[in-house]
Amino acid sequence: MKYWRKPLDADTIKVPHGRIYVVKEQCKGCGFCVEYCPKDVLELSQEFNKKGYHSPVAVREEDCVSCGLCELICPDFAIYAELIEEDETTEETPNKTDKTEKAEV
Amino acid sequence: MNKPAAHLETAIVEQDTHPMADLLRMDRMPHIWCSGCGLGTGLTCFIMALKETGIPEDKVAVVSGIGCTGRVAGYLNLDSFHTTHGRGIPFATGLALANPDLRVVVYSGDGDLVAIGGNHFIHSARRNMDLMVVCVNNFTYGMTGGQAGPTTPISAKASTAPYGSYDYPFNIPYLAIASGATYVARWTSLHMRRLKNSMREALPKKGFRVIEIICPCPTAFARKNRLGSGLDLMKHYHDNSIIKHGADPREADIDMNGKVVCGTFLDIERPTFRDFQTENIAKQLGGE
Repeated sequence: MKYWRKPLDADTIKVPHGRIYVVKEQCKGCGFCVEYCPKDVLELSQEFNKKGYHSPVAVREEDCVSCGLCELICPDFAIYAELIEEDETTEETPNKTDKTEKAEV
Repeated sequence: MNKPAAHLETAIVEQDTHPMADLLRMDRMPHIWCSGCGLGTGLTCFIMALKETGIPEDKVAVVSGIGCTGRVAGYLNLDSFHTTHGRGIPFATGLALANPDLRVVVYSGDGDLVAIGGNHFIHSARRNMDLMVVCVNNFTYGMTGGQAGPTTPISAKASTAPYGSYDYPFNIPYLAIASGATYVARWTSLHMRRLKNSMREALPKKGFRVIEIICPCPTAFARKNRLGSGLDLMKHYHDNSIIKHGADPREADIDMNGKVVCGTFLDIERPTFRDFQTENIAKQLGGE
């Protein structure tokens, strides 16, 4: 999503990341997930599945925030996203502590 | 930064790993619904809502009639029953009266509930039975080949109405409210989150609750009327639906090219059939 201006707390908010799983043989290629993914992560693949439909592929999976909309809109129970659990020691946490320390001083 | 490395290939998994696999009979998947049909979206919303309410699986029963939507009972891994045409509500009435702890859901289509089962629908609403009715409205009889039904909008073409159907259609929220339902909502297949929240709200409630889902039928209704694919119909709902809670149901008629009024029309409490049975009649007979 593009912001027209940067939110004030943009550096403190941790954006979640998701991993997309596709049940390829169950997909009927309706394209609902591709059209309505809020992060435009998905595209229909060029390959066919056994039934002759094009299943979705995550072409920009690094943008997925695991909102779960694809799972909810999929009429064929063929796609879902899972939240990637990140380690506690990310780069965000030391920044936060630095800031609080500075504030205390 | 803290972004994971880009995955080169999308993970292809088996159907059993899907988070809803525990509430679905996966041996029957993939289901028979066409590509672009919105029925599956409604079903995912129902499963999500059921999980969010936390009602135990053995305390829920799902009853369906005949039709595309009637397949829901067969796909859900709950206590479910597939009844004869239009008789979902009478069967569910028996379940609800015999076992008051059971949350009984009638999940069926417009042709089943308001055409052949029309009298059961209005009289259950009048008696305020403890039922939740999910009525999937796709404006046609999809499974039998796209015949004109009681909800087909004026001037819409159908296989039995090649020059257009000129019968006034039923307005399901108006019908339900006029008959005495206590919770009435309408959503399209595109309003997944709102539909899910509506179902989550209606599931623990008492009384006769009706949720209408406007659902694209790309094979029968859209093909006869040159409306395009299921995705085109979803885009049509996106452009033409208005969310208006507490709207006057008389204004919620659906035309071929008009607006679709969505939202919760009614949410009230009223003594149910069972309340009268257990309290008032027992008192009359000299019981507690």
